[in-house]
Amino acid sequence: MDIAFLSSAMVTLLKAVPMTLLLFSLSVFFGGLLALVIVTMRVSGNRILSGFAKGYIFVFRGSPLLIQMFLVFYGLGQFGVIRYSFLWPFLREPVVCAVLSLALCTAGYSAEIFRSGIRAVSPKEIEAARAIGMSGFLLVRRIIAPIAFRHALPAYSTEIVLMMKSTALASLVTVWEVTGVAQRLISQTYRTMEVFLCAALIYLVLNFLILQGMALLEHSLSKHRRAAPPSAVKA
Amino acid sequence: MATLELLGFGQNGWGALLLVATLMTLAVTATALLIGAVLGTLVATAKLSGNVLLVGLGNVYTTVFRGVPELLIIYLIYFGGSSAVTAVGQWLGYEGFLGLPSFAAGALAVGIISGSYQAEVYRGAYLAIAKGELEAASAIGMNRMLRLRRVVMPQVLRYAIPGLGNVWQLTLKDSALISVTGLAELMRTSQVAAGSTRQYFLFYIVGGVLYLLLTSFSDRVFNRAERRANRSMPAAAMGQA
Repeated sequence: MDIAFLSSAMVTLLKAVPMTLLLFSLSVFFGGLLALVIVTMRVSGNRILSGFAKGYIFVFRGSPLLIQMFLVFYGLGQFGVIRYSFLWPFLREPVVCAVLSLALCTAGYSAEIFRSGIRAVSPKEIEAARAIGMSGFLLVRRIIAPIAFRHALPAYSTEIVLMMKSTALASLVTVWEVTGVAQRLISQTYRTMEVFLCAALIYLVLNFLILQGMALLEHSLSKHRRAAPPSAVKA
Repeated sequence: MATLELLGFGQNGWGALLLVATLMTLAVTATALLIGAVLGTLVATAKLSGNVLLVGLGNVYTTVFRGVPELLIIYLIYFGGSSAVTAVGQWLGYEGFLGLPSFAAGALAVGIISGSYQAEVYRGAYLAIAKGELEAASAIGMNRMLRLRRVVMPQVLRYAIPGLGNVWQLTLKDSALISVTGLAELMRTSQVAAGSTRQYFLFYIVGGVLYLLLTSFSDRVFNRAERRANRSMPAAAMGQA
């Protein structure tokens, strides 16, 4: 083991971490928003809307992310309508294309996760809320959304870890994030194992932090499930 | 019309190549799944063994290969494997660079990833077997091998089918990443077709549709297999399995 090489490789790779984190956070944010829209359509009861949502989920979960990303990156520029529109300065950027396709893809997976969370909300709770006069958005905001989110959280944290791994594909559309930089280092130095170890360590630490954060969130959202602390009982 | 010609089987058509590429994707995915089945069984056995060292090794395997991007693992196997082969070649007196065949490297890399998911599937399936059945088998004097063959394996396979279906879908989608090694599977062929005709949108859509056909078709196969494997179970138990 060559400690000097390992540490210099680590430093080079660490410089790419902000890009990975940028891709990750933007795509989780926009993917989450889009998933909310898709899942609302899916459970709306309207045939056309839920049919569209079903189709969306089928397409984006059934095909590889890489082909979706190439479709966005290479495919969109082929059309004059897009090439000469105000969107082109954005869509020309590899980072934007990567975030767009990551968000579109994760929205399909997350929508299904959110839907299973919504299905786990007991009908009794919804009936009780209706009985005291809640309806529409108030019902969603106070009753359905908090319970559904709690149920969906474990599966959603798995999906978020998958997203972190998926950001690696952005390197194939020329975004220099950790995997892309690792690949360049490997082809410059031919020291595959050392570079792999450094990059793998970075991803494992990032994923560990995500899972810890999600576990913390889950813990703080399930206060009602735990016994009250002794001090609270006394008061 | 031009589109039809591009996708057709004629002189300028990519139809035949895309069809062969689809079969290649199926072949590399099936090989990877088999490699993963062997690795997954070994890792699941290690994790269930109760031996501290083996359990630790099993945990490291599943954590690393499920937590690191698939692309990075493919680079490790493809480039790392090629340097290993080159080193062996030099030792045998062959000068110059020797590459690992892209099919073998890709199937191995995706198989290792698939194995880390399959290990968890098999472990869960084993834990789903009622303890009483294992005890009953020992009580009537079956030895370990006989118990494994008659009681454990049939049930593990049955409980594992839904999970295996998911792993197959994952592996099928991961196989698209093997395109970086240059193997002419569906992703790579769509890329080449798109690049040489400048019809990017068309060929990526067609490639995506072919993947969708593969995933939805295999979904059906696994559902049927699940029904068939559970045909001797009471209807109520089927929902849980």
